[in-house]
Amino acid sequence: MTQLFLEQALNGLQFGLMLFLLAAGLTLVFGIMDCINLAHGSLYMVGAYFVAAAAQAADSFWIGLGAGVAGAAVLGLLLELTLFRQLYRRDHLSQVLATFALILIANETVRLIWGPAPLMLNPPEALSGPVEIAGFFYPAYRLVIIAFGLAVAGLLYLLVAKSRVGMWVRAGASNREMTEALGINVRGLFTAVFVFGAALCALAGGLLGPLLAVQVGMGESVLILAFVVIIIGGIGSIRGALVGALIVGTVDTLGRALLPTLLRALLPADAAATLGPALASILIYLLMAAILFFKPQGLFPARA
Amino acid sequence: MAFYRPARWQKPFAFTVLCALLALPGLMEIFDQSYYIGFATRVLIFALAASSLNLVLGFGGMVSLGHAAFFGIGAYVAAICQQGGIVEGLLAFPLAMGVAGLFALLVGALSLRTRGVYFIMITLAFAQMVYYLFISARAWGGDDGLPLSERMQFAGLSLTDDKVLFYVALGLLTAIMLLLGRLADARFGRTIQAIRENETRMEALGYPVFRYRLVCFALGGAIAGLAGALLANLTGLASPALLQWTQSGTLLVMVIIGGVGYLYGGVVGALVLLLLEEFLLGFFAHWHIVLGLLLIGIVLFAPKGVAALFDKHRSQP
Amino acid sequence: MTAATNSAKNAPLLDVRGLSRRFAAVDALRDVNFSVEAGEVHALIGPNGAGKTTFIHHVSGALQADSGSIHFAGHDVTKLSMHRRVGAGMARSYQITNVFLGLSALDNVALAVQGRPDAGSSFRFWRPVRTEHALFDAAAGYLEQVGLRDKQQSIAGNLSHGEQRALELAMALATQPKMLLLDEPMAGTGPEESARMVELIEHLARHVTILLVEHDMDAVFRLADRISVLVNGQLICTGTPDAVKNDAGVRRAYLGDHL
Ligand SMILES: Nc1ncnc2c1ncn2[C@@H]1O[C@H](COP(=O)(O)OP(=O)(O)OP(=O)(O)O)[C@@H](O)[C@H]1O
Ligand SMILES: [Mg+2]
Repeated sequence: MTQLFLEQALNGLQFGLMLFLLAAGLTLVFGIMDCINLAHGSLYMVGAYFVAAAAQAADSFWIGLGAGVAGAAVLGLLLELTLFRQLYRRDHLSQVLATFALILIANETVRLIWGPAPLMLNPPEALSGPVEIAGFFYPAYRLVIIAFGLAVAGLLYLLVAKSRVGMWVRAGASNREMTEALGINVRGLFTAVFVFGAALCALAGGLLGPLLAVQVGMGESVLILAFVVIIIGGIGSIRGALVGALIVGTVDTLGRALLPTLLRALLPADAAATLGPALASILIYLLMAAILFFKPQGLFPARA
Repeated sequence: MAFYRPARWQKPFAFTVLCALLALPGLMEIFDQSYYIGFATRVLIFALAASSLNLVLGFGGMVSLGHAAFFGIGAYVAAICQQGGIVEGLLAFPLAMGVAGLFALLVGALSLRTRGVYFIMITLAFAQMVYYLFISARAWGGDDGLPLSERMQFAGLSLTDDKVLFYVALGLLTAIMLLLGRLADARFGRTIQAIRENETRMEALGYPVFRYRLVCFALGGAIAGLAGALLANLTGLASPALLQWTQSGTLLVMVIIGGVGYLYGGVVGALVLLLLEEFLLGFFAHWHIVLGLLLIGIVLFAPKGVAALFDKHRSQP
Repeated sequence: MTAATNSAKNAPLLDVRGLSRRFAAVDALRDVNFSVEAGEVHALIGPNGAGKTTFIHHVSGALQADSGSIHFAGHDVTKLSMHRRVGAGMARSYQITNVFLGLSALDNVALAVQGRPDAGSSFRFWRPVRTEHALFDAAAGYLEQVGLRDKQQSIAGNLSHGEQRALELAMALATQPKMLLLDEPMAGTGPEESARMVELIEHLARHVTILLVEHDMDAVFRLADRISVLVNGQLICTGTPDAVKNDAGVRRAYLGDHL
C-alpha cells in the first residue's frame, strides 16, 4: 500500500510538473496580455509532433527534443507576429474565436501531414528501464521528467523573481498600464513571453510523448487541465501556477489510483464500483469549485 | 454594441421562412430527398442551441465556453427518461430543460462572481467536468453514450416519423424565438443588454446585476437542454461528444457567424455552418482548415458577424 | 416620536468613520472621518489625486475599504454592495460621463426609473418596455427637471458634453435618492453650461442632500453649506466656506494657488 502510494505520488509529481510547464506560459499570456489563448494546447500537440518527427529523423530522442522545442518556438514567434499581436487589444470573444479557429487548423493540418494514426516516440535507450529507489522499482525515464520539471521550475523562478525581465513580467501581470507608462518595450516583452510559452509547451509535449500517445486532439484535454491549474493558482502568477499544477497533478493521479480502493472500504462494492471512477475523474473539478467558492480570484491573485 | 432593435423587414421575412419550412417535408418527399428532412431537423435543433447561447453571449454579454454541457445534459436526460419508460416529450422535454437549467444555475452561481478570462475558463472547466462524469459513469453508457431504443412521443404523436420530429422541432424553435424576441424588448432584455454594455452603471442605478446575469445564464442553459433532448431523439443517442468543449466552440462559432446579439444570429449561424459542413466535407476532407481560416478572417475583418453585414441601422456607437 | 427615531433624526445622514484604503504603494485614503447632515450641500475639495473620486467610490460601494465604517440613514452600509446602497437612497454621478451612449436620453432615464424598487421587478419577459408608459412619463419628468425636455429622443451619444452631464444627473435623480454623490458635475463644461449646472444643483438642493466634489471654486463657494478639504488622502479641515477660506492649513496645502 505505501509502495503504491509512493509510486503514485511520484507519478502525480511528474504529471504536475508537466502541467506546470504548460500553465506557466499560459498564465503569463493571460495575466500580462489579458488574452485568452485556447490554442495553447495545440502548441503542445504540434510541439510533440515536431519532437517525434525530429527524433525519428535524427534517430535520437535528445536531438529530437531540442529540434522540436526550437521548431515550436519559431512557430510561436510567427503566430505572435502575425495573429496574436492583433488579438491583444480585441475583446475576449474575438480571442476565443480566433484561437479556436487555430485549433481547428492545427488539428487538420497535423492530420494532413502525419495522418490519423498516433506517432511513436521512444524514450532514450539508456532510460527505458526501471531503477530501484527506496525498495521499489520506478521507471528511470519518469525520474528524468521529474528532474527536467524541477529544473525548469527552478529556472523560471529565478527568471521571474530575480531578473530584470522577470520584474517587468510581474509588473505587467499586476498592472499593465503602469508597465507601459514606465516605457518598457511591452511589445517585445509580449513576444518574448509568448515564444517562451510555446517552447515550454513543446518541451512538455516532447517529454510526455513516450508516455502518452502523440496524436491529434492530445492538446485539448490537457489545455483544460492547464486552465484548472490557472484558475486554482490565480491568473498571472507563476507561483500560483506551480502550486496549482502540483495540486492538480497529485490530486488527480492519487484520486484515480486510490479513491476506488478507499470507497470499497467505505461503501458496498456495488456503489463503490459505479461511484469510484466517476468521482475520481471529476475530483479536481470539485476541488476547483471549492477553491472558487472561497477564493474567486484563485490562491495567489496577481492583481490586487 | 448597441441595443437590439429588429430591422423592419425581419418579422415578415421570418414569417415567410416559417411558411416555406412548413411545406419543406412535403416537397422533400415529392422530390424523393427525404434524407434532407433529417438534415433540416438537425439545422433547426442546432439553431435552437445556438440561439440559447446567443441569449447568454449576445444579449447577456457572457462569453461562456461551457454551453455544450447543458446541451448534452438535455440529451442525456431524454435518453434516461426514454430508458426509464417516460416516453412523452411533453413530460421529458421540460424535465431536460429543468435539469439543464438547474445545473446552469449552479455553474453560473460559481462562475458569475468572476469576469473576463476567468469566466471563460471556469465555464469551460465545469463543462469538462460534466463530460468526464458521463464518460466514466458506466450506468449511463460510458464512452459509448446512452442510446434511445426508440424515439419518444410528443403529445401522443410518435416522433419516429421524421416529418413529425421536424414539425415538433420547428414548433419549439418558433416558440422559443418568439419568446426571445419578446424578451429582448421587455424589461428583462433591456436590463441584461444594459448590463452587457455597462455593468457598473447598472449597479449604480440599483440593479442587482448578479441576479439578472444568473437568470439569463440559467435560461440559456435550459433552452440548450431542450435542444439536446430533441437531438437525442433525432440521432437516437445521447453521446458524450455532445458534451465535449469543442461542441461549445462550435455553438460559439455559429453565434458569431450569424451575428452576436441579433435575434436570429444563432439560427443563421447554425444554417450557414451546417450547410458548409454538409457540402464542403464532401469536397475536401480537411475542410476544418478552410473553416479555421474563414473564422480568423471574420475576426480580423468582419468582427460583427455575417448578419451585421446586412444591417444598416445598427451603426450607432 | 420615540427616542430612537429622534436620535436617528439628529444623526448625520452619512457618517464615515476611520475610512482607510491603500492601492499598492499609494495611501489613497487615510483614516477619513466625514459626515454629511441631512439637507446640506457638502463640498469635498482637494488637489488632483487627493483621493476624492476614490472616496466617492467607497461611499457608493464601488470599492470596499481596508478599514473603517460607513453609516447611511442610520444603517451600517459598510459591507453592502453598490446596488443595495442605491436601494437605501444613495445615487451618484461619475466624473467621466457614464451613460448608455446608444440609447436615447429618455431610454437612459427610463432604465434608471425601471431599476427603482417601487417600479417593480425587471424579471418581466413578455411585455415590451415601450408600452410601459409609467416608466417613460416619470423619466420625462426628470429630463424636464434638468432642462433636457427637448432632447428626449436624442441618442445620448449625440448630446453635447454638458447635456450628457445633465443626463447623468437626471439618471441619478430618477433613483429617488436621499443623497446625491456628484463627482465633478462641471468637469469639462463651458462657462454657460457650468452656470446652468450650478443653478440646477441649487434647485435640487432644496429636496435632496448633496455631496459635491468639484474643482470649480466659484461653484463650490456658491453652493456649499460646508466644505471639507482632502489632501493626500487625509481630511485636513471641515467647516463653513468662510472658515475653510481662512484656515491656514488649507491655504498652505491647497488654496494657495487658487486664491
Ligand atoms: N485603482 C487604483 N489603483 C491604484 N491607484 C489608484 C487607483 N485609483 C486611484 N488610485 C490612486 O489614488 C490616488 C487618488 O486618486 P483619485 O482619483 O481618487 O483622486 P481625485 O482626488 O479624484 O483626483 P482628480 O481631482 O484628478 O479627479 C491617486 O494617486 C491615484 O493614482
Ligand atoms: Mg476624481
